Amino acid sequence: MKMPNGDSLPNAPALTNGSGSAAVLAAGIGSFALAVLACAGDKSAAVKNLLIFYKPTGPLSGVTTTAILIWFFTWGILEWRWRNRIVAIKRINVVAFALLGLSLLLTFPPIVDLF
Amino acid sequence: MELTARALWTLVHGMGFGALYLLACSGALVELYRLTTSSSSSEPAPSQQRFLKVYLLAMVVLAWAAVLTGAYVIYPWYRAVPSPGTTDLAMFPQRLLMSSPTTIGWHSLGMEWKEHIAWFAPISITMVAFVFIKYGRDLKNHPQLRAAVLCFAAASFVSAGIAGFCGAMINKYAPVQGGHTIQLSRGEEK
Repeated sequence: MKMPNGDSLPNAPALTNGSGSAAVLAAGIGSFALAVLACAGDKSAAVKNLLIFYKPTGPLSGVTTTAILIWFFTWGILEWRWRNRIVAIKRINVVAFALLGLSLLLTFPPIVDLF
Repeated sequence: MELTARALWTLVHGMGFGALYLLACSGALVELYRLTTSSSSSEPAPSQQRFLKVYLLAMVVLAWAAVLTGAYVIYPWYRAVPSPGTTDLAMFPQRLLMSSPTTIGWHSLGMEWKEHIAWFAPISITMVAFVFIKYGRDLKNHPQLRAAVLCFAAASFVSAGIAGFCGAMINKYAPVQGGHTIQLSRGEEK
């Protein structure tokens, strides 16, 4: 971070938080996508069949491949939009932690069985 | 002393990639905290930062290697379906676990949980490595970002721990067997 006269502020970040925030939020979204797809595959036979990308591995292949594609796609878009920006990281963290927490819950079989 | 090819792959997946990843996690958490906390007075040497970057990259490789070998090498052997009338289920671990009320939980809870939660480890640690490589020591000036990185690194550790525990217990009750036999040494009678 530079002051108007070109000097650097002491203890000021050298980089904006946009790029890091994009990676954090995308990781939360990717994890949540994986949990939702796993849950959907467990509940619907049609979704389960759609998610069989590699027969020996079964629907797990589609769940993980699709989630990884969603994660990378989201990360790419967010990185492109936020790369050089200062964003509201506090709010982004809350959303990312909530998504991660929900993902951990949604992969726990007794909770999936509640739906 | 001998080992089957499938057992060797299970060892590579669990002990080679998984256990090594778990061991590395505690070191990464401590180093990430130490190098990015604003209270530390001395500037870390560039070599220390470089070391942690390489360390995190190695963890990314280990985490992805663990889930990919698990899902695409071992899991197909685990979920193999026996032909009708098969009574010896030793080569069909999933069916073997499901055949008894005392072990079915290791599949319906253990494997069902493990096969999905394990993937949070590589996703989280990839993000952690990316952010640390990009920001390095500057993370101490981004306390919220630093908190997110530490939280995801901890989540990665927990996910890998759960997956590792379930995997070890499943392999105890219904080990993946088969493939050609690798002779490690010839025993001598005492």
